[in-house]
Amino acid sequence: MTGQTLYDKIWSAHLVKQRDDGTSLIYIDRHLIHEVTSPQAFEGLRLADRKPWRADANLAVPDHNIPTTSEERKLGLDGIKDPVSKIQVKTLGDNCRENSILELEMNDLRQGIVHVVGPEQGATLPGMTIVCGDSHTSTHGALGALAHGIGTSEVEHVLATQCLMQKKMKNMLVRIDGSLNIGVTAKDVVLAVIGKIGTAGGTGYTIEFAGSVIRELSVEGRMTVCNMAIEAGARAGLIAVDEKTLRYIEGRPFAPTGELWTEAAKAWKTLVSDEDAEFDEVVVLDGSEIEPQVTWGTSPEMVLPVSGSIPDPALESDPTKQGNIEQALDYMGLEGGTAIKDIKLDCIFIGSCTNSRIEDLREAAQIVADKKVADSVETAMVVPGSGLVKKQAEAEGLDLIFKRAGLEWREPGCSMCLAMNADQLGEGKHCASTSNRNFEGRQGFGGRTHLVSPGMAAAAAIYGRFVDVRKL
Amino acid sequence: MRKFVVEEGLVMPLDRANVDTDFIIPKQFLKSIKRSGFGVNLFDEHRYLDKGEPDADNTNRPINGDFVLNQPRYQGSKILLARDNFGCGSSREHAPWALDDYGFRAILAPSFADIFFNNCFKNGLLPIVLDKEIIHELFSQVEETPGFSVSIDLPNQKISMPDQSEVYFDVDQFRKNCLINGLDDIGLTLKDASDILDFERRWKDCSPWYFQLSGNKNN
Ligand code: SF4
Repeated sequence: MTGQTLYDKIWSAHLVKQRDDGTSLIYIDRHLIHEVTSPQAFEGLRLADRKPWRADANLAVPDHNIPTTSEERKLGLDGIKDPVSKIQVKTLGDNCRENSILELEMNDLRQGIVHVVGPEQGATLPGMTIVCGDSHTSTHGALGALAHGIGTSEVEHVLATQCLMQKKMKNMLVRIDGSLNIGVTAKDVVLAVIGKIGTAGGTGYTIEFAGSVIRELSVEGRMTVCNMAIEAGARAGLIAVDEKTLRYIEGRPFAPTGELWTEAAKAWKTLVSDEDAEFDEVVVLDGSEIEPQVTWGTSPEMVLPVSGSIPDPALESDPTKQGNIEQALDYMGLEGGTAIKDIKLDCIFIGSCTNSRIEDLREAAQIVADKKVADSVETAMVVPGSGLVKKQAEAEGLDLIFKRAGLEWREPGCSMCLAMNADQLGEGKHCASTSNRNFEGRQGFGGRTHLVSPGMAAAAAIYGRFVDVRKL
Repeated sequence: MRKFVVEEGLVMPLDRANVDTDFIIPKQFLKSIKRSGFGVNLFDEHRYLDKGEPDADNTNRPINGDFVLNQPRYQGSKILLARDNFGCGSSREHAPWALDDYGFRAILAPSFADIFFNNCFKNGLLPIVLDKEIIHELFSQVEETPGFSVSIDLPNQKISMPDQSEVYFDVDQFRKNCLINGLDDIGLTLKDASDILDFERRWKDCSPWYFQLSGNKNN
């Protein structure tokens, strides 16, 4: 028998039943819930007179809709000006109370973006199956958990049955060898991967990220990588468990303690792909060749090294690709051939489940320390991923560094990553953003997003255009 | 769930790769706690010239006449013809809800994003993967032939074209069965409740650390 991949192992451990038609019933250990994709699922449960199968498998937190200024946050629900958003956040609370589900409410210190909160609380553990009505659930794979996004019907299905009907994915290995140059981060790695395999490259696969670069990354950096697996088309990203993983988890509020910890840690150490495991697809990158990355278009695969120039559609021979480039440039208000370094920025957004953890904030703070945001930049904000990240950053004085440089320091939430709350990018404005999607209108109607690492965003804040963070 | 057996209808081409879920239904409409009423905001940022708001009146908004959905020849379309990686981006089920609410019943594309593909089946919408060449050919035929309609026969897994030619397609047998019979997934799974309970007992015995969130401990 050939060896098993990490994905194979977690999958088979959770297989409740295999049906003749090839579908499998998979047990779900953890279900994370937020306010946007859950109301219709709870409503469905109610209408069918069903109760959650196991209330304590669920953890809820509002994050998408909530305001991020401290004045508004102080007011609690009343601080949410948009009445539709307010109902949604209130409905989450009502549903959780009615179904005895633990919710970290808006002003709980532990509240934050659902994918930051899960690992931070130890609610995400290696070897688990984790789902959430949110595509960036892939983030949790960084801890060796099989985690992916689901739609609202499946949210209801998991609530009612603690299971999902699934088909097994194929295995892809993305190996990043060598080591990264200084100033190149996890975000650049994953953008480079997407640039290489495309936004549909991982469709139908679970991607395991491996290689010396991944091993050298911190657990937080690994989360950044797995977070964007979905942007490469893969519902789930995975990283093998190692000592770093265990050190990260030990002592977290919901992690096991004492003897249970010892036993769990022992079991988790087996959560690696066997040496003779076979992958359906293998992609290899050389870490030392990766430069800081910047997206120029309206899809994460439209990405280039900071030293590059935007493609000229006239030079593209494939008519479909040419059309895509033209459409993207038209929306972005950019011209083919322009150097990335000549793109001017109106807005800087440091936050989102991709890059809002403490290490991301340290990386950005280091760049802006004792400097000033360029006059041409209209808005620059830092939105920590959770109340605990915020507290830690303030203990380290990062908030003061940001404020002195002229960046706003906000309360935790999704904020301008998708602009469902009041934090919106203006029409036609260019934003250097540490988030994960540069789709049309993602950060605000007509807004133009450039995805970058926290260091690159911070540097862009100071210069008002993109600069190579390695040269600072 | 509504059944899908045989559906016939006008085909609307959306000639663009990587149509993402923000394109299908912009995020401001995700604030709703309802499942219906998203059809008027399908492709909102492309079909109107201004920014749409949830729960607002859409009747007097300026229309983008160039956008395919607004062209007279495609009014009443039931089948959407699309390009690669349709439905990429977020997991929002509001995307299939909006397509369904507008009146689409099936989508033909060379490839779909996984989560979106899955979400379609849960809502009685049929996503069909066809060869790139066939899709390409369909785009030109639809362009050239006003009123181009096809008939999709799910039990026999075939599409009948206006010229009487037929194209066969693959579909997962479990999903096909659910669609044809309008079966509710949850009800089906709950038939296996005893298997789930058995599994859960065994799993809790060997991995008790996954079963302890109820403590609600504070930091
Ligand atoms: S931060 Fe952005 S990507 Fe992450 S969960 Fe929130 S909206 Fe989604």
